[in-house]
Amino acid sequence: MDAQVSAGQVPKIAARNVSRIYQTVDGDMVAVDDFSLDVTDGEFVCVVGPSGCGKSTFLRMIAGLDTISAGSIQIAPGGVPGKPLNSVVFQEYAIFPWKTVIDNVAFGLEMRGIARKERLETARYWLDRVGLGKFAGYYPHQISGGMKQRVSIVRALANDPEVLLMDEPLGALDAQTRVVLQEELLRIWEETRKTVVYITHSLDEAVLLGDRVILMTAQPGRHLATFDIDLPRPRSIETANTPRFVEHRALIWEKLSQEVKRAMEQNQ
Amino acid sequence: MRATPETIVPFRAKGFAPRSNPVMGAASIAALVGLWQLGSSLGWISPVFLPAPHEVAGAIYRMAVSGELWRHLSVSLWRIVLGWTLGTVVGVAAGFAMGLFTLARSPMQAFVGILFPVPKIALVPLFIIWFGIDEGSKIATIAIGVFFPTVISTAAGVEAVQKNLIRLGQSFNLSRWSIITKIILPGALPSILAGFRITLSVSILLLVAAEMIGAQEGLGAYIIRAGDLFQTDSLIGGVVILAALGLLFVGLLGLAERRLLRWR
Ligand SMILES: Nc1ncnc2c1ncn2[C@@H]1O[C@H](COP(=O)(O)OP(=O)(O)OP(=O)(O)O)[C@@H](O)[C@H]1O
Ligand SMILES: [Mg+2]
Repeated sequence: MDAQVSAGQVPKIAARNVSRIYQTVDGDMVAVDDFSLDVTDGEFVCVVGPSGCGKSTFLRMIAGLDTISAGSIQIAPGGVPGKPLNSVVFQEYAIFPWKTVIDNVAFGLEMRGIARKERLETARYWLDRVGLGKFAGYYPHQISGGMKQRVSIVRALANDPEVLLMDEPLGALDAQTRVVLQEELLRIWEETRKTVVYITHSLDEAVLLGDRVILMTAQPGRHLATFDIDLPRPRSIETANTPRFVEHRALIWEKLSQEVKRAMEQNQ
Repeated sequence: MRATPETIVPFRAKGFAPRSNPVMGAASIAALVGLWQLGSSLGWISPVFLPAPHEVAGAIYRMAVSGELWRHLSVSLWRIVLGWTLGTVVGVAAGFAMGLFTLARSPMQAFVGILFPVPKIALVPLFIIWFGIDEGSKIATIAIGVFFPTVISTAAGVEAVQKNLIRLGQSFNLSRWSIITKIILPGALPSILAGFRITLSVSILLLVAAEMIGAQEGLGAYIIRAGDLFQTDSLIGGVVILAALGLLFVGLLGLAERRLLRWR
């Protein structure tokens, strides 16, 4: 099945031959086709692919928020009782307009019945880490789009799940804030070693953050290639200047650009 | 290059932003009453045609000192509070059902579509047969009149809640009930409160209609009796009290909105 899983180890996430077919006005539309992915515990996996190839659809299926047309997805539960299985950062960040920034971040904890004082402390800690401490009492309509996206990232982190599912979490940020947050994500991951599935359009981001980069084909989304990123950890933004990084990037780019070209010719 | 006045970019995003000014609102009412008083004092408006403001004020004063005012007002307020609350509670529940459940949706849309346009005033005699000539028919008239707009505004609010917020709740493993109370209710609240603005006026309207038949007490009954006796000053006095009641309701609702919708 999947060669990446070392023998005997139970993967944290096991997606097997997953397909998603949407019924549209033009008939059936295959968004994800026979896609398999195993993610080991504590692994950071990045998924890259042309726009519309089914990345978000796949992530929603892992999160249990979209129906699976064929195949199966399993997440192995951890030993810690009461710990949520997964948290999602949506591509179209969703935040409650009637809750303040800090209450939005504390939402997952509130729903798990954690006392107000404790959950606000946790939320405050995470807000400070992404530079939003000053905006704790603001309502969402009073902050910028990039800030809202940061709020939705730390809401997932504050929830402390077994698995983090992130769909282009830094998509709406400017280049500078993006770099700062990439470094912050690297630090957070070093500290927590969470299992992460991370969708991005940026190859730099994928190579910088991921243990593995999965390429998907253009629609219908199939598995195109897997790249192991053996860059040493802990990484930082400096890692992006090393020859190994540039090599990895070039290799992935070659494969991806071929795919984009192929898809364009096919659609002519 | 030197900036000449011609090269300065003119500000174009002007207008289309009306602001509220309560002082202007009060002043325009005062001006109208002032004109009315002036017209009466100068003899341009005949007292038979329209009694002067000071005569209306006198009628209200006499009503107040005789204890009549409180007697009618308390009975009417009681009917409105009961009828409005009943119609609102049932209406909000039905609106949620309509916005949430496939099974409730189409049948309720059909019922509301048929029954909402029916003038409830025309049905008062029927309500008297169904619910009795006493309090029952009056409270039912108000409750039923309040019910329909509440269903519509609540269902519209429920439907307008962003789907991605619901998905978000589900991603946090919220139960169905928690999603309804923690996400759909606050999301639908602006629309529900906008509905209250309508139903509070509707309840005053229907109060008077219900009190026109078979009521001894209540502001509606008082106004009808004054009309029958051509006591136009008392008639307009009653109307002024109803208007004040409406103003009070709008004020209370405004307070509630400021508290509950602070986030907007
Ligand atoms: N609810 C839906 N009904 C029908 N088709 C859908 C639906 N959701 C997604 N699709 C289709 O599935 C395909 C994959 O969509 P998806 O959002 O997963 O792409 P993506 O890889 O996340 O793209 P992007 O990188 O632009 O975010 C698209 O062609 C889209 O049109
Ligand atoms: Mg997407």
